[in-house]
Amino acid sequence: MNTSLSWIKAYVPDLDVTAQEYADAMTLSGTKVEGYEKLDADLDKIVVGQIDKIEKHPDADKLIICQVNVGTETVQIVTGAPNVREGDKVPVVLDGGRVAGGHEPGERVEGGIRIKKGKLRGVDSFGMMCSIEELGSNRDMYPEAPEYGIYIFPEDTEVGVDAVEVLGLHDVVFEYEVTSNRVDCFSVVGVAREAAATFGKEFHPPVVTETGNNEDVNDYIKVTVEDSGLCPRYCARVVKNIKVGPSPKWMQRRLASVGIRPINNLVDITNYVMEEYGQPMHAYDLETIAGNEIIVRRAAADEKFVTLDGQERQMDASVLMICDGEKSVGIAGIMGGENSMITDDVKTMLFEAACFDGTNIRKSSKKVGLRTDASGKFEKGLDPNNAQAAIDRACQLVEELGAGEVVGGMVDVYGKKKEPVRIPFDAEAINTLLGTDISKEEMLGYFTAIGLSYDEVTNEVIAPTFRHDLFRLADLAEEAARFYGYDNIPTTLPRGEATTGKLSFKLRVEEIARNIAEFCGFSQGMTYSFESPKVFDKLLLPEDSLLRHAVEIMNPLGEDYSIMRTTSLNGMLTSLATNYNRRNKNVRLYELGNIYLPKALPLTELPEERMQFTLGMYGDGDFFSMKGVVEEFFEKVGMHKKETYDPNAGKPYLHPGRQANIIYEGIVVGYLGEVHPDVADTYGIGTKAYVAVIDMPEIVKRTTFDRKYTGIAKFPAVTRDISMVMPKEILAGQVEEVIEKKGGSYLESYALFDIYEGAQIKEGYKSVAYSIVFRAKDKTLEDAEVTTAMDQILGALESMGIELRK
Amino acid sequence: MQEKLNNIKDEALKAIGLADAPEKLNDVRVKYLGKKGELTAVLKSMKDVAPEDRPKVGQMVNEAREAIEKVLEESKAKMERALRERQMKKEVIDVTLPSKKNMVGHRHPNTIALEEVERIFVGMGYEVVEGPEVEYDLYNFEKLNIPDGHPAKDEQDTFYVNKEIVLRTQTSPVQARVMEQGKLPIRMIAPGRVFRSDEVDATHSPSFHQIEGLVIDKNISFSDLKGTLEVFAKELFGPETKTKFRPHHFPFTEPSAEVDVTCFKCGGKGCRFCKGSGWIEILGCGMVHPHVLEMCGIDPNEYTGFAFGAGLERIALLKYEIDDMRLLYENDIRFLKQF
Repeated sequence: MNTSLSWIKAYVPDLDVTAQEYADAMTLSGTKVEGYEKLDADLDKIVVGQIDKIEKHPDADKLIICQVNVGTETVQIVTGAPNVREGDKVPVVLDGGRVAGGHEPGERVEGGIRIKKGKLRGVDSFGMMCSIEELGSNRDMYPEAPEYGIYIFPEDTEVGVDAVEVLGLHDVVFEYEVTSNRVDCFSVVGVAREAAATFGKEFHPPVVTETGNNEDVNDYIKVTVEDSGLCPRYCARVVKNIKVGPSPKWMQRRLASVGIRPINNLVDITNYVMEEYGQPMHAYDLETIAGNEIIVRRAAADEKFVTLDGQERQMDASVLMICDGEKSVGIAGIMGGENSMITDDVKTMLFEAACFDGTNIRKSSKKVGLRTDASGKFEKGLDPNNAQAAIDRACQLVEELGAGEVVGGMVDVYGKKKEPVRIPFDAEAINTLLGTDISKEEMLGYFTAIGLSYDEVTNEVIAPTFRHDLFRLADLAEEAARFYGYDNIPTTLPRGEATTGKLSFKLRVEEIARNIAEFCGFSQGMTYSFESPKVFDKLLLPEDSLLRHAVEIMNPLGEDYSIMRTTSLNGMLTSLATNYNRRNKNVRLYELGNIYLPKALPLTELPEERMQFTLGMYGDGDFFSMKGVVEEFFEKVGMHKKETYDPNAGKPYLHPGRQANIIYEGIVVGYLGEVHPDVADTYGIGTKAYVAVIDMPEIVKRTTFDRKYTGIAKFPAVTRDISMVMPKEILAGQVEEVIEKKGGSYLESYALFDIYEGAQIKEGYKSVAYSIVFRAKDKTLEDAEVTTAMDQILGALESMGIELRK
Repeated sequence: MQEKLNNIKDEALKAIGLADAPEKLNDVRVKYLGKKGELTAVLKSMKDVAPEDRPKVGQMVNEAREAIEKVLEESKAKMERALRERQMKKEVIDVTLPSKKNMVGHRHPNTIALEEVERIFVGMGYEVVEGPEVEYDLYNFEKLNIPDGHPAKDEQDTFYVNKEIVLRTQTSPVQARVMEQGKLPIRMIAPGRVFRSDEVDATHSPSFHQIEGLVIDKNISFSDLKGTLEVFAKELFGPETKTKFRPHHFPFTEPSAEVDVTCFKCGGKGCRFCKGSGWIEILGCGMVHPHVLEMCGIDPNEYTGFAFGAGLERIALLKYEIDDMRLLYENDIRFLKQF
């Protein structure tokens, strides 16, 4: 929404503020000014001059020398403009002045261009005559300006006066961000009402007088609304004996200031009233309306319709149409039809000011693929009572501008009349809610200023229908607060019952995950939750993989963002690939993010969101570095039991010989491994990469922050080393299982200290050595006690086909 | 006897004086004080001394031993000190050589910003809670006073899974979920991922994070909201920070406001960073709409409350002067290492 300052001042004549003061105060009272443009910011020393005499330039065919009377003197100006004649009145920028841009439309220069006296091909020139573009505007806004050349003022323009003033460019245009609840502020009158209240000035809205001859509009047109749900009100008036011509300068300037191109008096009046009242209107050539009747109904299922821009458009049965006795003549609230549009030789015209259902207009506008100024206003839901005010205002302007003869009366199809809302008033409750101490009188003063009234008898505040956002006391509280000033409301802190500030248990565990990952050199990444279904193929998932059952988005941004991820791997691999591509070395990343597992498809209830702790790396380190991170994490969250690793994890995206499920208390709580070389290739990771994915819900379940001190050993430990040769297939984990099971109660710890395959070891075998530590809490161990335990271990190992090396 | 002892002592002290290494001192010790040493020999010869003289002689021997030992110790300490000095001189290093770093990871700027926010509110007694990212339309819209056909539903460009289920467009549904549980009073913040159908560019992402705040209690007022967010802004952006509350509109709060803080780059004078205004918008807030309270089973005549919501990325981008939102989701290690 835009307005010029001068247009606002037309309704708030006492307003005397700078652009900045206006912007600041309006923003603080709730009509946010996004920015403003001073139209004369770069215009300096520009006056109306009259060309007294034109001579040819002695040395240049395309230049002429003009003697220009600028009021106080006559100056010589050399120009190449083709369109000026002796006697023309033109804008002249004097020596030392400034213009806003160059000749070409849109070619504006930051800070403007300073004009100095100089010589053109040896002839002195003391200024410049300006085109409309040089004045910072364009022919759309000043249609009378020539396509190429100098702007020519009307003959009756006074010489020597400020040309910027004559052009109406001493003005400021404000751009507002109007919130969706304040439909009334999508109009100049609405904004002016707020401005008057903000600055405490009198508000003078346009006074609409009665219009029309002594004929009856009902003799010209009949209106039937078949779907009153979608069209709560339809007002129609008729204008005959139309004289199409340009609208007056004041109207053109106001329209131009808000970016609307002046066209002719009829179009300009409808646009003007749309801006002024926020009510879009439409004009039909009455002679094209068959049967002199208008019917408002839904379109036929497959109806095609040509709008006045010449485009054929596809309707459906939800789109509301304006029809005559035979055919459709417009898409309600969006655009009129080519078949009924006003042309320059229109004689009689039908004005329509209606109110349509906002939601339907929004949906229709999407369906038809056409968003217009009118639909943009209608879709916010307009006040039906404003329709009549607007159409009467338009007819008043028709009469004032001499654009035609208004026929008496108005056809008004208005079902259930919209009534003002009455809100019980309670100043004390408002003060309690705001934490303020505003007097009742002060509040009522604010309300009156914005058009609300007060019924003393019932103690109710009455909200006019244009304020469709006011229903209850909280709404009134906001109105009071806005004009009291949010800044003036005191600052306090909530009192009352104390509460404990804390993180949820889950969030605490995640914090530990972050800490451990970072201690281990992993940096935190974040990736999107949605991805492409192609990911499943990239990860080599079989067709029947459960992971392919993903939540699909109905209206994704594109296939690449169309499903909710069921594995966190793609994000991690993509991030690793990004780093690899950019030649970053030794990259370690982690992410904490959800996967989304549907319980059934199509979705009937919310999917399960499982937090995944995903680690990925390439460069220094290997499978066992990753395994170390996992174990550090488990240790830190109090999972002190021994986790086991099952190499038969069955992950198609991992190296078949370098992957494992992580098992804790018999449950798979995650997996890790080297990325399958094919998958690494697909992602463009040209080196070995490792990942680990930990399923956080399983971890959170097992996390404990309880710790018990167990005492530091006082008695010496006994260490025994064993060295074994065993078939390659036997896993270290199996050996360790034996040590744990058979080691007895004195077993304290064990550690693998050597593993070897190759020369000196027979094919298919490996040599493995462990160091086993025994200790008693309460005594020094006897050799015999250790030997007993060792014999148990060794016996069990031998029975597995493991050969002990002495 | 006295003379003999004096001679031994003098010889020993002389030998100590000549010793130039700890080993030589040791030789002296052995020679004079050892089991077969000269002083020991004197003691051994006590049997030849008259019994009445023995205590006296014993005392003399001890005096001689103590004297020798004292000098021995002093010499040894001096020698060791000298040795250590020499050793340390040899061990001088160039302290400007490069350090040996442990590889330590870095936290995502979003998380750092979030933890800052959490620290502030946890300190004020707020609980940090979460809600689902794939959410029912009911919680994302309806219970927040955004019925079907409401323009806000369109404005937010929602991703739909089906008619009832959406990717949440805001963290506000967590408000409704917590209120519905009916445990009062409430002081909570709810951080999390939200989704809107915006194409990716320098300032937009279809997936980003918000932090929601909610307080429900008896007699909560707009001035409490102002005070709370003022404390928050000062904690987050520094004690000089000022806040500005501007009227705004959200369907689920009334009155509503947007909050600007003084630009932390220029302190409010106006700069390129704040586009010359001196202010930076950081969050939206308001008093919980009475209809929202009603829909969540809370009596608006007894309880009132306030809610606020801020974009986490916005805070992170502002605080760390990151000029392109895409950097947050690329996970380039050279970016992450800066935090």
